[in-house]
Amino acid sequence: MKVLVPVKRVIDYNVKVRVKADNTGVDLANVKMSMNPFDEIAVEEAIRLKEAGKASEIIVVSVGVKQSQETLRTGLAMGADRAILIEAAETVDTDVEPLAVAKLLAKVVEEEQPGLVLLGKQAIDNDCNATGQMLAAVLGWPQATFASKLEITDDGAQVIREVDGGLQTIKIKTPAIVTVDLRLNEPRYASLPNIMKAKKKPMEMKTPADYGVDVSPRLEVVKVVEPASRQAGIKVGSVAELVDKLKNEAGVI
Amino acid sequence: MAVLLLAEHDGSAVSESSLKALTAVAPLGAETHVLVAGGGSKAAADHAATLQGVSKVLHLDDEAFSVRLAEPYAALIAAQAANYEHIVAAATASGKNIMARVAGLLDVMILSDVTAIESADTFERPIYAGNAIMTVKSKDAKKVVTVRTATFSAAEAGGAAVVEAITAPGDDASLSEFVSEDKAQTDRPQLTSAKVVVSGGRALGSSENFAIIDRVAEKLNAAVGASRAAVDSGYAPNDYQVGQTGKVVAPDLYIAIGISGAIQHLAGMKDSKVIVAINKDEEAPIFQVADYGLVADLFEAAPELEKELEKVAG
Repeated sequence: MKVLVPVKRVIDYNVKVRVKADNTGVDLANVKMSMNPFDEIAVEEAIRLKEAGKASEIIVVSVGVKQSQETLRTGLAMGADRAILIEAAETVDTDVEPLAVAKLLAKVVEEEQPGLVLLGKQAIDNDCNATGQMLAAVLGWPQATFASKLEITDDGAQVIREVDGGLQTIKIKTPAIVTVDLRLNEPRYASLPNIMKAKKKPMEMKTPADYGVDVSPRLEVVKVVEPASRQAGIKVGSVAELVDKLKNEAGVI
Repeated sequence: MAVLLLAEHDGSAVSESSLKALTAVAPLGAETHVLVAGGGSKAAADHAATLQGVSKVLHLDDEAFSVRLAEPYAALIAAQAANYEHIVAAATASGKNIMARVAGLLDVMILSDVTAIESADTFERPIYAGNAIMTVKSKDAKKVVTVRTATFSAAEAGGAAVVEAITAPGDDASLSEFVSEDKAQTDRPQLTSAKVVVSGGRALGSSENFAIIDRVAEKLNAAVGASRAAVDSGYAPNDYQVGQTGKVVAPDLYIAIGISGAIQHLAGMKDSKVIVAINKDEEAPIFQVADYGLVADLFEAAPELEKELEKVAG
């Protein structure tokens, strides 16, 4: 079974996000970019499936700017076998929408015929939480979102999902889409020899035109602003003073 | 055109989060229909019919919809979509699972985690873990929306809508199958709807020590939350997690105990009305958002807080 893992290049999760002064977006010039953390977990899971003999080949694919090559190389260094870059944006400020990404990925799925598509539940930049579900819809495939445990069975997969108030276990037929949550695994670091080896692994370069997919956005960004900031309040000297303030000043207890 | 709201329910009543989503769509000023599906869900459909702002309830009494699997639900909603310009659900785990699939089926972009509806086509939503707020205008004919409900109040009674029975579009249930559900049993209020939330962080040091948080919460009839650090360390279950990768809450009172206040945690609770922070590190970022800060060792302060609260209650 081939496993396809879509990965996204996003602002590194440790970088402080700054809104641009002209309110058109977030400042992405000269900031550290990394693989979306949820996608890293998806890559790790695919590698574990391969190590367990459940997956035959892992293909990482990214949709975005040319520099997404670096993100794909990270995936290859972790252990993926080959990569596909669909260059769909010219500048880092262009975020290709999940719907367009899903349509491109559907075309890749048609060509590659994977048994499983594993991807992060959301990207930490646009926070849409949508690409996996949309890809499942476009393909008419089953979906298991927010996975915290994945088990490949004879006729499909059993997935434990993080839901409100607890965990849900479902069975899905394969081929299927699985989106991963934080607790599924802890991704490995790529070793230096593997980073060197990854440079020689194949990477195919494509464009949306190659797949005949229109990636023009459906949402127009009106503005991006800083969130309303909260003023720091006061320090209290004791628990008794705190309870008194909560009761008599704030009136919340 | 009208609005279709997907209701979550327990069979007898519409959920708190769906009631809040109903309030959120009010600015659209459009006729609002509520979809209630599931076996033996007549009482929930009747409840939906009594809500203010609801003009019709679409009711599907079908066992296949009792567990909220994305495939049949998305097919059901897509089959109803022709009559609606807005299709909305609360941004719960289930809402996010289903609605993005609906958008994919309808070939429109999803508007996820919307915090304000400005007009029929313009929406506000947080991005980058709430570190930026984006306003977007949709060019799609249909808008599929999930609403981040934390800051909305629940819709109240005051309507008398008709309940119309509908049928499922066909069998799409073969793609996935429900096996089991393991939900935490608790008498406490739900984290996302509680008036008071008490959360613990990594400073608690162990899952046994996390009971300190439980005891304070009990005195306030509060829900219990945790930082991601506490969850990752195994001190609290994952569904306690408050933050960008967990739940977003906005209670009247939020008490953070032993939580440093990482950006990802603040994104999940900074809309709370009153924030209290107890931390022994006076430089902890949590104090920058707290209305009342107490620099103290939580192992001394929390038991004392428990006692003081008891006095107040008594």
